[in-house]
Amino acid sequence: MLGALIIVFREVIEAGLIVGIVMAATRGVAGRGRWVSIGVAGGVVGAGVVAMFAGVISDAFQGAGQELFNASVLGVAVIMLMWHNAWMARHGREIADEMRRIGTAVSEGAKPLTALAIVVGLAVLREGSEVVLFLYGIMASGTTGSALLVGGILGIAGGAAFTALTYLGLLAIPNRYIFSVTSWLIALLAAGMAAQAVQFLNNAGLVVALDRTLWDTSWLLSEKSIFGRLLHTLVGYIDRPTEMQLLVYVATLIAMFLLMRVARYSPPQRLART
Amino acid sequence: MRSVFVAILMVGLLTAGAVARADDYVLTIKDHRFTPEEIKVPADQRVMITIVNDDATPEEFDSSALKVEKVVAGKSKGVVRIGPLKAGRYPFIGEYHEATAKGVVIAE
Repeated sequence: MLGALIIVFREVIEAGLIVGIVMAATRGVAGRGRWVSIGVAGGVVGAGVVAMFAGVISDAFQGAGQELFNASVLGVAVIMLMWHNAWMARHGREIADEMRRIGTAVSEGAKPLTALAIVVGLAVLREGSEVVLFLYGIMASGTTGSALLVGGILGIAGGAAFTALTYLGLLAIPNRYIFSVTSWLIALLAAGMAAQAVQFLNNAGLVVALDRTLWDTSWLLSEKSIFGRLLHTLVGYIDRPTEMQLLVYVATLIAMFLLMRVARYSPPQRLART
Repeated sequence: MRSVFVAILMVGLLTAGAVARADDYVLTIKDHRFTPEEIKVPADQRVMITIVNDDATPEEFDSSALKVEKVVAGKSKGVVRIGPLKAGRYPFIGEYHEATAKGVVIAE
């Protein structure tokens, strides 16, 4: 039971971390609860569908279907996170002002909510499909199934609790700083996803340039330990990065900041620097 | 930015065919164990390993050393592409049955 709990828990916390950050990043934006819920629900349904067609996806593109699928999912998420950060660079200040004045949500902004709902949905879909496959395996194997299933369900509950903790932890950040903190978190999240995506393309045999491993810090912190996984999701920690992964990571960060800068400098009225 | 990415992708596409070779390395999963548990591959080359899952349940071939995560559905096959590896030992596990499903790729 404990084994199942741990396996499910560590898949769920990866998605949970992303959901927690998204919730914090949309603090004060009206209707976010609904959008995040739609994202989670869509992700759960998607996870079931992906798990059901795991064999078909895997066989596509000469056996590289799963890798291409993962890379695409991550790629779309990166674009959505960029879009969100650009939007926030433009409107975050207004929202923060308004929150300070009236202390509650503003009506502004269905746009980044769709983007973030998609990010949430994709995160849940990716990690969720592994959970679904794992739990399916347990059920299919019969006898000792029920105890393991309980473990799996407890793992999901634990992951959900972790999401709440992440969110509450981020809420402790004062209003004034919340958007700059979450923008940073989202930038690092996106860079990590992009680095992961390019490795999937490498595994698919598509992007094989610059594939030498730069360093190995697995002796210090394994990517597969719980803390390693958290850092992996949060800032894209990789214990054996390739040259290409580092390049893509840095390029994504630079692209993100350029985009935010451009977005920040063009609004019609407010030109104040942060 | 975009043109750089496109260029990288093009280079990747062009070199992919030349580098990836269909060497026949096969790992079979049966009763949540890998056979063979040690698989020798040449160093400094990209190699393809076909994973045959004879169990009814899915398994995730997982190795941070090889930088691969691959789910293989029950009663089906999956292909992983690894390398080029420096000479050495690269452990892998079946994430869903970590207690029994273990093995190592030896590059030499």
